[in-house]
Amino acid sequence: MDHRPQAWGRPRDDVYGAYDGSYLQSGGPKTATQSPVVTGTSVVAIKYKDGVVIAADNLASYGSLARFTDVKRLRVFLGTSVVGFGGDVSDMQWLDRHLNELAIDESYDDEPSPSSLLSASPNKGHGKLNAANLHVYLQKLMYRRRNDFDPLWNQLLIAGLDAAGKPHLSSVDLRGTAFTSPSLATGFGAALAQPIMRRHAPTEEAAAALTREEAVGVVQECMKVLYYRDARSLDRYSIAVVTKEGVELKEDEQLERQSWAFAERIKGYGTQTV
Amino acid sequence: MAAMFSQNPVMNGPNYSFSDSPQTNAPEGAREHRFDPYTDNGGSTLAIAGADFAILAGDTRLTSGYSINSRHHPKVFKIGGTTADQHDATLAISVVGFAADGEALKERLDAICKMYRYRHGKPMSVKACAQRLSTILYQKRFFPYYSHAILGGLDEEGKGAVYSYDPVGSYEREQCRAGGAAASLIMPFLDNQVNFKNQYVPGSGEGHALQERERNPLSRNEVEVLVKDAFDGAVERHIEVGDGLQMMIITQDGIEEVLLPLKKD
Repeated sequence: MDHRPQAWGRPRDDVYGAYDGSYLQSGGPKTATQSPVVTGTSVVAIKYKDGVVIAADNLASYGSLARFTDVKRLRVFLGTSVVGFGGDVSDMQWLDRHLNELAIDESYDDEPSPSSLLSASPNKGHGKLNAANLHVYLQKLMYRRRNDFDPLWNQLLIAGLDAAGKPHLSSVDLRGTAFTSPSLATGFGAALAQPIMRRHAPTEEAAAALTREEAVGVVQECMKVLYYRDARSLDRYSIAVVTKEGVELKEDEQLERQSWAFAERIKGYGTQTV
Repeated sequence: MAAMFSQNPVMNGPNYSFSDSPQTNAPEGAREHRFDPYTDNGGSTLAIAGADFAILAGDTRLTSGYSINSRHHPKVFKIGGTTADQHDATLAISVVGFAADGEALKERLDAICKMYRYRHGKPMSVKACAQRLSTILYQKRFFPYYSHAILGGLDEEGKGAVYSYDPVGSYEREQCRAGGAAASLIMPFLDNQVNFKNQYVPGSGEGHALQERERNPLSRNEVEVLVKDAFDGAVERHIEVGDGLQMMIITQDGIEEVLLPLKKD
């Protein structure tokens, strides 16, 4: 018999091995997201004449498992901007809550004055955070978190309008690297969708000549190519068009006119006899 | 007898205290992924000081790995103006390396130059700004700003001044300096074309008797052509350089900004 009272009623070391109490340690380094767990894949977006088109599929993967198939990865901010999230889904949800909080605070600060209500003010939404402001805010947030070694494991696309009312499209990643471009894509989209979008909008001027229908068409084409070739993607997706009229968000779109004819010739797709 | 069957570490006294239990739950070296706070965003910069001007230049490509993130992401900035548009700035800085750190560094130095201007009623001198930039970089000695900074302006005598830095703040005033991905391609070209290294007066002798070509400052036009040539050469031989060439020309009359196209392949 074990004569030590501390051991009584506990699993025997010689049977189960010594107790592993490492997860109980409260001292030691703070744990943070060291790698993403449930992830979203590409987000694609392109600027056009009077706004931005942005899309992302509705899948959240757990490694290679298609775990959640109705996750909305486009979030609207203040009814004027859209943020598209790639990367870790829990960090996306944290950011979404954070942005909602910010939007509420901003709405309190931006209460319309009685005079502007009377004069049916033309500068509606003036003083609100626009997409360019939101971009800077998110860049500072992501960079701060990387400096704390507690990164938010996302790449974000921010779509909307800048202070001058021109289309704004920009990106921020988990290290706080921020940039803008006529078209942007995260994850696999950077390799598969960007070349397609750059064919239509190689420069800011070319993007400013695109119509809404063309831009939506290009983005839909990109989503299709991504579904063909990105194994962590889905044929259900969300697409948003951001203009000065506001945000038109459709969250349950189905990829149309798919053609898998090419698959016959490729080993690894479908049934192969040899 | 018990020791024969026990798999446990020695139990010479009371055991089962949580703090004594083994800490490792994974084999050594099994940690799969640690967050790396740095990346290299490519690009290259270049600065040349003239007799009464200084030119800072950089390409506008932003890369990560083999992808081009943006074709227009400037690396050269005016700093220390009284307003956000920097119309009355007297200094410029170029940052290349990790873009987020470069941006943060530039913004901190800009804020400091602005505070100086508000407090003293005059713009900061390049010399003072150069020392301050070194201090900022060294303050983050153990988590550095991963960028190669070059500061440009006109000194107290109105001569062009270029200060170049390493990521942890050691700095030096120089006639010219290339930084970033294609620095090793551009710098030897500059040594030869700006400082006339390995250039001798023809027929002046043999071996050590050769007379070096006299060094005199280049004109602004010559330098602008030199910068364009340096970048055209770098674009040809380095995949992370290209798209656009941004130049800041600092003179007594202010800072002039020029944007030229580079190859986009």
